[in-house]
Amino acid sequence: MSFTVNGKTFDDAPAPGQCLRTFLRQLGHFGVKKGCDAGDCGACTVYLDGEPVHSCLIPAFRAESHEVTTIEGLAQGNELHPMQRAFLDAQGFQCGFCTAGMIMTAASLNQAQRADLARSMKGNLCRCTGYRAIDDAIAGRRDTEQAQAGESIGHNVAAPAGPDVVTGKARFTLDIAIDGLQHIKLLRSPHAHARIRSIDKTAALAVPGVIAVLTHEDAPPVAFSTARHEVRETDVDDTMVLDNVVRFIGQRVAAVVADSEAAAEEGCRKLMVDYEIRPAVFDPERAMADGAPVIHDKGPDSRILDPAHNIVADVHGSFGDVDAGFAEADVVHEGTYFVPRVQHAHLETLCAIAWTDDAGRLNVRSSTQVPFLTRLELARVFGLDPDKVRVLCERVGGGFGAKQEMMVEDIAALATLKTGKPVKIEFTREEQFIAATTRHPMKVDIKIGARRDGTLTAIRMHVISNTGAYGNHGAPVLEHACSESISVYRCPNKKVDGYAVYTNTVPAGAFRGYGLPQTSFAVEQAIDEVARALGINALEFRRRNVVKPGEPMIGAHVSPDDVIYGSYGLDQCLDLVDEAMRQPAAHEPLSSEWLTGQGTALTMIDTVPPGGHYSDTHIWLDTDGGYRMTVGTAEFGNGTSTVHVQVAATALQTTPPRIRYTQSDTDHYGHDTGAYGSTGTVIAGRATQLAAEALHERLLTFAAAHSGTTPDQCRLTDGAVSCASKTVALADLHKAAQTAGVVLAAHGKTDGSPRSVAFNVQGFKVAVNRISGEIRILKSVQAADAGFVINPMQCRAQVEGGVAQALGAALFEEVVIDALGRVANPSFRNYHIPAFADVPRTEVLFAKTADKLGPYGAKSMSESPYNPVAAALGNAIRDATGVRYTRLPFKPDRIQAQLPQLG
Amino acid sequence: MDLNTINAVTRPNTRAELTGWRDGDAYVGGGTWLFSEPQPHLKRLVDLTTLGWTPLTAADDGLEIAATCTVAQLDGFTPPPGWTAAPVINQCCRAFLASFKIWNTATVGGNICMSLPAGPMISLTAALGGIALLWAPDGSERRVPVVDFVTGPLRNVLTPGEVLRAIILPASTLTGRAAFRQVSLANYGRSGALVIGTLAASGAFALTVTAATPRPIKLDFDAIPTTANLQARIDEAIPTGQWYDDIHGLPAWRRHMTLHFAQQIRDELAGAAR
Repeated sequence: MSFTVNGKTFDDAPAPGQCLRTFLRQLGHFGVKKGCDAGDCGACTVYLDGEPVHSCLIPAFRAESHEVTTIEGLAQGNELHPMQRAFLDAQGFQCGFCTAGMIMTAASLNQAQRADLARSMKGNLCRCTGYRAIDDAIAGRRDTEQAQAGESIGHNVAAPAGPDVVTGKARFTLDIAIDGLQHIKLLRSPHAHARIRSIDKTAALAVPGVIAVLTHEDAPPVAFSTARHEVRETDVDDTMVLDNVVRFIGQRVAAVVADSEAAAEEGCRKLMVDYEIRPAVFDPERAMADGAPVIHDKGPDSRILDPAHNIVADVHGSFGDVDAGFAEADVVHEGTYFVPRVQHAHLETLCAIAWTDDAGRLNVRSSTQVPFLTRLELARVFGLDPDKVRVLCERVGGGFGAKQEMMVEDIAALATLKTGKPVKIEFTREEQFIAATTRHPMKVDIKIGARRDGTLTAIRMHVISNTGAYGNHGAPVLEHACSESISVYRCPNKKVDGYAVYTNTVPAGAFRGYGLPQTSFAVEQAIDEVARALGINALEFRRRNVVKPGEPMIGAHVSPDDVIYGSYGLDQCLDLVDEAMRQPAAHEPLSSEWLTGQGTALTMIDTVPPGGHYSDTHIWLDTDGGYRMTVGTAEFGNGTSTVHVQVAATALQTTPPRIRYTQSDTDHYGHDTGAYGSTGTVIAGRATQLAAEALHERLLTFAAAHSGTTPDQCRLTDGAVSCASKTVALADLHKAAQTAGVVLAAHGKTDGSPRSVAFNVQGFKVAVNRISGEIRILKSVQAADAGFVINPMQCRAQVEGGVAQALGAALFEEVVIDALGRVANPSFRNYHIPAFADVPRTEVLFAKTADKLGPYGAKSMSESPYNPVAAALGNAIRDATGVRYTRLPFKPDRIQAQLPQLG
Repeated sequence: MDLNTINAVTRPNTRAELTGWRDGDAYVGGGTWLFSEPQPHLKRLVDLTTLGWTPLTAADDGLEIAATCTVAQLDGFTPPPGWTAAPVINQCCRAFLASFKIWNTATVGGNICMSLPAGPMISLTAALGGIALLWAPDGSERRVPVVDFVTGPLRNVLTPGEVLRAIILPASTLTGRAAFRQVSLANYGRSGALVIGTLAASGAFALTVTAATPRPIKLDFDAIPTTANLQARIDEAIPTGQWYDDIHGLPAWRRHMTLHFAQQIRDELAGAAR
């Protein structure tokens, strides 16, 4: 068959059932991405004879004798297509995984389609941006700016990877061709709870192309947790690479390794497994009851708190006397709130490539937020010296916490160690839903009391967190959920009880906000109810009761000594939202079918996780007078690479392009705890600042010696050091240093303590249709205390993306578990994530503070914008309808069911 | 996605080549659903798009839509003057959950043969009195009203090897009036209820309920009924328990919205009749 791709014609023969997407990738067009492989996300958009299509749905044979254009063929030589230019200028991307498809679609639109982007872009999903930046790009607005030497911070410097992202050249995990690559497919459990009696591999091994079948008999007998933390004992050891007990529908049973995905799939179908089915339990409260099926019959080494009652961990805290506090309250609200499972829906599914190099070292190239911690655990599980393991990632296609887990690296390692061949594993979108992780569903009982004068008297919270079949992140998520959600309020009497409980369902794990969105939803609904009952404006009520610098922060526990008010902007955030909400919202006129209202919510977050969070940056002068650096933290759309470059360029008095960097590779020196807990700027960025400042000093010292002056006579400029009357170009300085045997390099390190607090306040004006239950957002405003904002464009985009993702969880998203324990909606078609039409413009306002701890006064701002959103929306809907909805998401059918009947 | 169990593709050019149906075969129109889910039971694809069927044929007696007509082609159709119900064609095309890029590939026949409750081409053709022309492998043909073609979610009357050749929309409904209402849980999402009313020149009124029910339900009236009558007929035809229940809408909400839309449609068409 003859094919033409990007103007080149050739003969080839795709497999009969092959889709165009994989055919194009096989040909090396790695800009064509897989987000869903089902036509829902648009990441694989290419042109077929000039018409945009989803290449995952096009049979490859249909491209015969037609012209295919991919993102790699969109530019004319070195001249970017105007839409590529526009996405660069507006930075219409974050992780960049959806960007090629986004650009291909946007570039194909006619005028009418451009005038109705809500419809015409609905086939392209972006999980990071919240679409505002994409809208800016398509509209031709420019948001990036050039920075002067030494003045990067505070400016909208463009992401260094931008040119690669918009041309499809940016390499994500699987965008690499490896000779002899073998493919892993996993057979997954059809039962919610069963013991595997036996697995007959014979027929599977007979499938042509299958080279290995791996079962629990092949796996190391070492229990671990997929969750990765600096202190590995944070999580329970309850997971095996392959286990002889399956505890949820979708758990790995066996892995088939073959020379093609087709053969590996066929091998899985040919495996004969004999299961001894065990009783299963899906409800956490039933799981805690005496006599419930025991999901993990494990000893104290596992650190599971109470295996007999399926309790992974608990939290208890009591301060003052809550009964007395409620007794003196004039108003009390008590309610039960439920926040369901949601999926991260990062567009790059979990994936890894593993191989053994010539030196006999295990290499794993993975889509991870935690390469260094994954290396340590792989070494532990497989009994290897950590020096014999390397884990790295290049660009990661979104994470949101989902990649703070070791969910594919272990099986990839096992497969390559057993076969000696390079192997690849790539989750399908369905596997993401049925067998990765979700947010922890929580049932929260909350009771809050206050006096008539608007002073809180007591807060009581009881939390049941469903951790699913494995306890990864179960304990720390519960701990976090029971902390800042109530420690932000000054109240003399508090009592908190929480339980993280196993059930035979898909495991929960780390998710943006790490427990706070769940409990904050309940707390902020209750605060709103109490304020209403008192007749006090809810923002004013919060103003009176939030903690202020100097006051203790008390949740389930008194906040550790290392949490300080590095800066405090909560008062400003409340005022900013208050002011913005007083401005009228611009919207289309509403008929009498629509009820309107407004609501707000606040959240606080520690800027760094507890227990230490480490980062190392190495930086050195390059031969050409530029700088090179290595940073440990990974880039998955959080924009921290830009921040690192800005920080280094500022400290070294140069421009961002002079800073070249590589990152997230354990072959770089030092240690990096990882890109989680919103640490990419405050921890890793601080390490970069320290490294760059140290290098600055070294350059001056050496230049002084070299020029016969003193360091105080020397000044670093862009590309040179001026020493008294002499100017030494940095390239010459490098040469001189080499001759003198001096290394002009420096190192910066941070340990994550002490920590600060950051704040977010969200406000919504909404209209609710009293017939259909549909919700329209008329106004969305978020004020954030991010300390000094290093890159306003990117920080704004983080807030917008957080609001968008949280709106998905507030309005549509729920991973539904059916009566058998199965995930009922494992696809984007049945699990709607926000599309262009679903996300309103959010007005983003920043408090003006400067943190004592973060680089140049910056605080974290990646998870936290998500946290107050559902709560504020609930309060706005309550205001509009008079109904307090206690369960997320606020879907029109559920809203309508509780609306007062008309007439 | 790759359909890795497929080991052959046939691309017939004539009806005579549409023979030899066997287990593991599947007809592929656009392929936009077929390639969106694993199909491990399939071994061979039979491509219908190489048969060269004329996508749209408008004649005095109505519109013939080839099963392989793409949604984009149908959406771009320019109706002859007098086909006053034609705007509902575009409204139904826009009711797709999928984006315009899928319209370039997805076919009208594919959507109907998928037989999902929310298939907008089912809504359209059932409401406009469409007749499905089916070709059997033995060379015989039969005609089935679309409203009877779909028997439930992912279920229809096709027998093994039978192929949907075309849908014929009669001029009698195209020259009448149509009113369209649709709602979904998300903006431009999958329909939770899609209701179409038609009013023929004769005064006959029909209400077709789709998406809210497992299969299309068409209620015929000699004249525009009262709202009370209309709603009573709906409740009679779709008793409690017969409203569709899935992630895209609770049954009670689907009924509520259907009754609401029915009243709006009735009032709109009553206005048009005056």
